[in-house]
Amino acid sequence: MKNQGISQNIDWISIIIFAVLVIMGWLNIYSSSLSSVGEDVSIFDFTQIYGKQLLFIMFTIPLIFIVLFVEAKFYEKFAIIIFAISLLSLIGLFLFGKTIAGQRCWYAIGSFTLQPSEFAKAATSLALAKYLSDVQINLKEVNRQIQVLIIIFLPVMLILPQPDPGSALIYSVFFIVLFREGMPGWYLLTGFIAIILFVLTLATNNPFIVIAITVVVLAINYFRSRLVDRNIIASAILLVMVSAFSFSVSYVFDNVFKQHHRDRFNILLGKEVDMKGVGYNTNQSEIAIGSGGLFGKGFLEGTQTKGGFVPEQHTDYIFTTVGEEWGFLGCIIVIGLFVGLILRIVYLAERQKTKFSRVYGYCVAGILFIHFFVNIAMVVGVFPTIGVPLPFFSYGGSGLWGFTILLFIFLKMDANKVNEW
Amino acid sequence: MRKVLLPALVIITASLLLIRLFYLQVIDDSFKLQSDNNAIKINYTYPERGYIYDRTGKLLVANQPSYDIMVIPRDVKKLDTVQFCKLLNITKEDFIKKIAKARVYSPLLPSVFLSQLNKVEYAGFQEKLRRFEGFYIQKRSLRDYQVNYGANVFGFITQVNEKTIEKNPYYKGGDLIGKQGVEESYEDILRGQKGVKYILRDKFNREIGSYKSGKYDTISKQGQDVTLTIDAELQKYGEELMINKRGGIVAIEPNTGEILALVTAPSYDPSILVGRQRSANYTKLYKDSIAKPLYDRGLLAEYPPGSPFKILTGLISLQEGVINDSIGFNCRHGFSYARGRFMRCHCSGGRVQLHRAIYQSCNTYFSSAYIKLINKYQDHGYAVDVWAKHLKSFGLGDFMGYDLPTGRKGKIPTSKLYNKTYAGWKWDGKTIVSNAIGQGEVLMTPIQLANFMATIANRGYFYTPHIIKKIEGTTIDKRFTTKHTTTIDRKYFDPIVSGMFDVYNRGTAAGLGAVGIEMCGKTGTAENFAKINGKRVKLQDHSIFVAFAPKDNPKIAIAVFVENGYWGARWAGPITTLMIEKYLNNKITRIDFEKRMLTGSLKSQYDKLLPQKQQDSIFRKRDSIEFAKKRIDSIAKQKKATIKKDSTKTN
Repeated sequence: MKNQGISQNIDWISIIIFAVLVIMGWLNIYSSSLSSVGEDVSIFDFTQIYGKQLLFIMFTIPLIFIVLFVEAKFYEKFAIIIFAISLLSLIGLFLFGKTIAGQRCWYAIGSFTLQPSEFAKAATSLALAKYLSDVQINLKEVNRQIQVLIIIFLPVMLILPQPDPGSALIYSVFFIVLFREGMPGWYLLTGFIAIILFVLTLATNNPFIVIAITVVVLAINYFRSRLVDRNIIASAILLVMVSAFSFSVSYVFDNVFKQHHRDRFNILLGKEVDMKGVGYNTNQSEIAIGSGGLFGKGFLEGTQTKGGFVPEQHTDYIFTTVGEEWGFLGCIIVIGLFVGLILRIVYLAERQKTKFSRVYGYCVAGILFIHFFVNIAMVVGVFPTIGVPLPFFSYGGSGLWGFTILLFIFLKMDANKVNEW
Repeated sequence: MRKVLLPALVIITASLLLIRLFYLQVIDDSFKLQSDNNAIKINYTYPERGYIYDRTGKLLVANQPSYDIMVIPRDVKKLDTVQFCKLLNITKEDFIKKIAKARVYSPLLPSVFLSQLNKVEYAGFQEKLRRFEGFYIQKRSLRDYQVNYGANVFGFITQVNEKTIEKNPYYKGGDLIGKQGVEESYEDILRGQKGVKYILRDKFNREIGSYKSGKYDTISKQGQDVTLTIDAELQKYGEELMINKRGGIVAIEPNTGEILALVTAPSYDPSILVGRQRSANYTKLYKDSIAKPLYDRGLLAEYPPGSPFKILTGLISLQEGVINDSIGFNCRHGFSYARGRFMRCHCSGGRVQLHRAIYQSCNTYFSSAYIKLINKYQDHGYAVDVWAKHLKSFGLGDFMGYDLPTGRKGKIPTSKLYNKTYAGWKWDGKTIVSNAIGQGEVLMTPIQLANFMATIANRGYFYTPHIIKKIEGTTIDKRFTTKHTTTIDRKYFDPIVSGMFDVYNRGTAAGLGAVGIEMCGKTGTAENFAKINGKRVKLQDHSIFVAFAPKDNPKIAIAVFVENGYWGARWAGPITTLMIEKYLNNKITRIDFEKRMLTGSLKSQYDKLLPQKQQDSIFRKRDSIEFAKKRIDSIAKQKKATIKKDSTKTN
């Protein structure tokens, strides 16, 4: 009975945006992977990247049906079990994982590989939603905060040593969800200030300058605006903390980070100009996008794309193809679609009747947002090089399916809200 | 409040990303260029340069293939430098220096690594080329000179400099361009149009097809051949006569304005500026600031014209009616034009009329005429301007518009100059009387002298001198077929011409004539000074001679000047006669002159100018004594001629 109603109740706007993004993604993957083959091409050539991606896309269709036909309550009931399975799959990587390019992130079945971290995001979202949907939960309480942090950091701890800092970074977005659900604001504020201090320390390369700036800010606060209490002791403690943080950033950067990590930051801060070495990716990426101009060079006409100058162009750097061949207008459209989809999901989440589906929807929007932002920011050269795919665009089966499942579980919940009481 | 955070973040960050994209894609356009450098390789095909022929159809300049090794520094990978340097016969330091230089120019664009390899060097390198990534061979065509004279007429080919590349986008680093002479004037015609092919390449530098299916590709267009007005034989003979002298010869065909010969001395063999020794040789030529072999004296040397200018004084005075054929002035072997200022005259004295004034070159006569001319009007400034206007109608005092890339205006003074110089003073014809005999403020270049001779030969008109006779497939510029008529009436030329005729018969060039040719000429001597060790020293006078022949229906007009050649009839006169004889009869009867002119040297005069150094540099292109000996032997064998005693007189 319920299943019959799903086509009326499901959010078609989201589905259309999803479909458009997937199709556009494939066209760009086709363009960026075409250069490596000869004249005779068949889009169904499954030995080629674009052929494989087409196969992955076709496989999403049964996947979507499975997700939609499962009882909506299933996800809530089995959230913790799904989370546990997901954690196990991450642990299993240490035993059975396949190492590709130094990262132990994949299970290999023949020539086919699966990346469990792509599915862990959805599982963690379910677990978080399940935990927060308990009416007893009040995020103002410290032990609740600790419990919820454990849920978030369990997968992060398993993903970081793979090593896959990109996937781990994604989990930071859950703090925005927690804030929405009542976590004190100073968590986010502290994080925000920490980021500023981090960048400032690296940019000035001298913790004393950061400390000096902090003193000035505190002094202004004390004598003028009083945003924070005029408390000498609190200010002094704050200053000590800032100093400690700044020095430790400086220390960690110089002594714990590896050279290639340092390079990635230095490029962004304009300290590194070796465009043949460490700066190559960012530089080539900017060249490809920048050469696209307002209207782009046209589909399959990108010289940088054809020449394969941008590394990893079909995966993390797929947006460079958009920039080169479709130009600024193409970029506006793609960014517009993502913004539309994310805002739509936030809107849908806010109108959910259960806390579980609202929190889950928020997680979906947040995860899509942080992928979208970090990926494009990296490609246009304002964020350090880090391996984060562009949802629905980047090549890869695990990623595509992970995002599809993530999205459609929520669309199922949303379609099912008429049955909620 | 808490609900707003995520949507706000989404909108703010998306806006920031769009701003960044707008900057990258729309505002900053440097990426377009970098993208092209990355992905588009441009292959040029260079057409062969047009050939150069003389007026008789003799091939003077052809081409030979040459190979440049080009380098794109960014693409250079580790290579066996020892082998590389050995193949090209360069040192490792050279290698490092050249790569560094190319990198400074541009790491992405090709630079010439080593230019103008010959076939053997090319073949050796070509075999191993694939081992040296980042290097490739660009085929070009170089000049192959069929003759060892005419360097100043042809000019030379050189690598285009960065300034030209900036100004003219046609040229790219390493391209060749014509400099000086015909190569520069007719660069656009001779060079043709290079072909361009845009090729897409991938990050491994592999070619992956043509860019936009060859939409922007062009095929090269062959350079056009040009025929010069130069008579190769005459040019060659002129250069031989000028060995060990400095100066120039300009010969013009009066009824067309075609330049028959354009000699500058010292000169050099054009082929020394081809091949790998080119730059060393060029530097030597360039740095010789005293003999100046790259300086075309026929076009660039400005001198007071001396006595030949009297012809113009006579013509203008006739036209202005201040003299006529019969009017006479008394010459007492000189002329007192101011207190204590006495201009000596070498004529035979007495009452001098126009005819004798010309052939004896009487200073008194022309000074008197000039004073009358300037004093004709109350306003002497106006009179000077009338005089200057007449002179300008002969093409003097300005660039003449000929088709060679260098030149000087010369100088014709006007009232402005004198009103400024003598501001607050009364001045009249006497004050500026040295103009009468070509020793005042007037300056002329040899080609202006020759052109004015051609105008006399034509009795009142000239065509702009030019060196182009024919361009394959097109007609020559209209400005060379437009008649320029002077402000002097035709009838005034006859007495002048008849006076010039007698210069040879009984005047200052008596005894310089040639058998069977009616020549008209005029000797000249120009004072000159130089600074040596900071002191102004009077040097030996320059020897000048102008002439045309035959008297009726002239075929050649010529101006010769020899630096520090004592007086007109001593060097320039005989050389003029020989040139005319060579051109009109193609054989020399005056072998006495010929021997003296070919072997004669003014080296001792020139040595005064330079502080004992590099006197025997490469620019003395042929060993003159040995050459002259050979030549004398061959002449002696051919014919036995009576050696007339030559007599020379000063003007």
